[in-house]
Amino acid sequence: MRATGWKLLGIAAALAAAGVLIGLYVGKLTTDAGSPTYTVPVTQSGGHAVVDLKIETVAAVGPQLSPGHPDYVSYLIQNTAGKWLRRTVWKLPANATVHVTIYNFDGASGLRNPLFARPQGVDGNVMTVDGKKLDVLPPDDASHTFAVPAYGLVVPVAPVADDAKNPCGYAPCPMSNAHRTIQFTFHTGKPGHYRWQCFVPCAAGWIDGFGGPMQTIGYMDGFLDVL
Amino acid sequence: MSAPAATAPADRRDHGRRVVVAWIALSLVATPIVAFVLGPNLPPGNGSAQATEQVFDNTWMTAIVTPVICLLLVFFVYALSQFRHTGGQLVDGPPLRHDNQVQVLWIAVTAVVVMFLAGFGSYELLQNGAGGGQGPSPIAVPSGQKLQVQVIGQQWEFTYRYPSYGGVETSDLVLPADTQIELHVTSLDAIHSFWAYELGVKADANPGVDNVAYVKTKGPRTIHVRCAELCGLWHGYMFDQGHVVPQAQFDAWIKTQQKNYAAVMKYLPKYAKSYYPDPQRRAG
Repeated sequence: MRATGWKLLGIAAALAAAGVLIGLYVGKLTTDAGSPTYTVPVTQSGGHAVVDLKIETVAAVGPQLSPGHPDYVSYLIQNTAGKWLRRTVWKLPANATVHVTIYNFDGASGLRNPLFARPQGVDGNVMTVDGKKLDVLPPDDASHTFAVPAYGLVVPVAPVADDAKNPCGYAPCPMSNAHRTIQFTFHTGKPGHYRWQCFVPCAAGWIDGFGGPMQTIGYMDGFLDVL
Repeated sequence: MSAPAATAPADRRDHGRRVVVAWIALSLVATPIVAFVLGPNLPPGNGSAQATEQVFDNTWMTAIVTPVICLLLVFFVYALSQFRHTGGQLVDGPPLRHDNQVQVLWIAVTAVVVMFLAGFGSYELLQNGAGGGQGPSPIAVPSGQKLQVQVIGQQWEFTYRYPSYGGVETSDLVLPADTQIELHVTSLDAIHSFWAYELGVKADANPGVDNVAYVKTKGPRTIHVRCAELCGLWHGYMFDQGHVVPQAQFDAWIKTQQKNYAAVMKYLPKYAKSYYPDPQRRAG
């Protein structure tokens, strides 16, 4: 082969390699960018898959969990060792019962649409807040929501009072900090890739509170990979 | 060095007549196929009166452009086969200038086609809005009683309010069959676009704006709703299913919604054509 031919072949190979790398990068960006997947441990009860999902919401994720954006508001998930991880893509089994406990260390932001003040898509359409059953939260009090629109699931998250003692500065927040505990149960259906999100404009410092962590996977939104 | 002078072609066969004959023959075959075979299968289907009209419009317009496309294809293929340069010096063909017949014909035909399509499209739009958003003061208003349904876009879900049922709001779109619906489309945050494919409805959802669109439902069916305006991170996931159901089923469903959402009704703002929610505690 002549020198020109080798040169052209080299250029073509380099372009192809660059194309593959760009494709992989774009593919990563459009699926679960910003958050590695966390496989939630599953237990069996009467032949039925049961998941215990423990998550927390924090006003500032902190430099330890997000060096690039330590001031972003964020959801975190607790692993079996009790460590809080900034991962918002969760692998869950299909047709499972999911018991969710949210520890919220953040204050109120308020809902844009009061409709989401009512828990829906969860067992009994009720949640417990600090052990007390509630079927609605005053919309202005909502700190966040946990919502999976494909399931018709929305749960408002009760806030820590503005004058609470010992508030959490940066995550991970120990349980000794002021917090609220929200619990509810939902059921995964057929396998699929379902997004979850927060409906509260809780991104501090952004236009209408809807930029930054609200528009970046890995903080206030992610996926349920139901397998 | 000057370019060689163009000369009249030695081939004196009647190319124009051949092209016209081939064009008419192809058009006579292709146009009925497009109109009667392809046309009824064009989107968006038969889910509403507006959707059916859109299929009719799409069929007509596609049928009208079919002879135009046929002419282009025939001329292209004929030129490729008959005017192929096979060797020798490449020279320009004879210039075609000051041919009044060609110019008048060209201008007249294109003007008639364009004017007809403009008139046809305007007439169809003015019937009932053709399923499109007409803004807060619609000019193409269908007659008769209408069920008002408000569509509220927000990042990233559509919710629906029924003012004639106490202003109840739900996350599900359910409509009664064979009913004239008056959709009021608005947004609480960014610009969205409410696209109910099978109903032939597409209307922008702008914050602070009441965008009115009309649709007359037909029989029960599932409809696919999606946002048709790039609206942020989860735009691609802003889709859902709605349902057109018999009137009795709709009545039962709306009663259930009123009961289910009773707890939150006291917190909903009074029904309005648009809303200005302002939770600015975190806004920069």
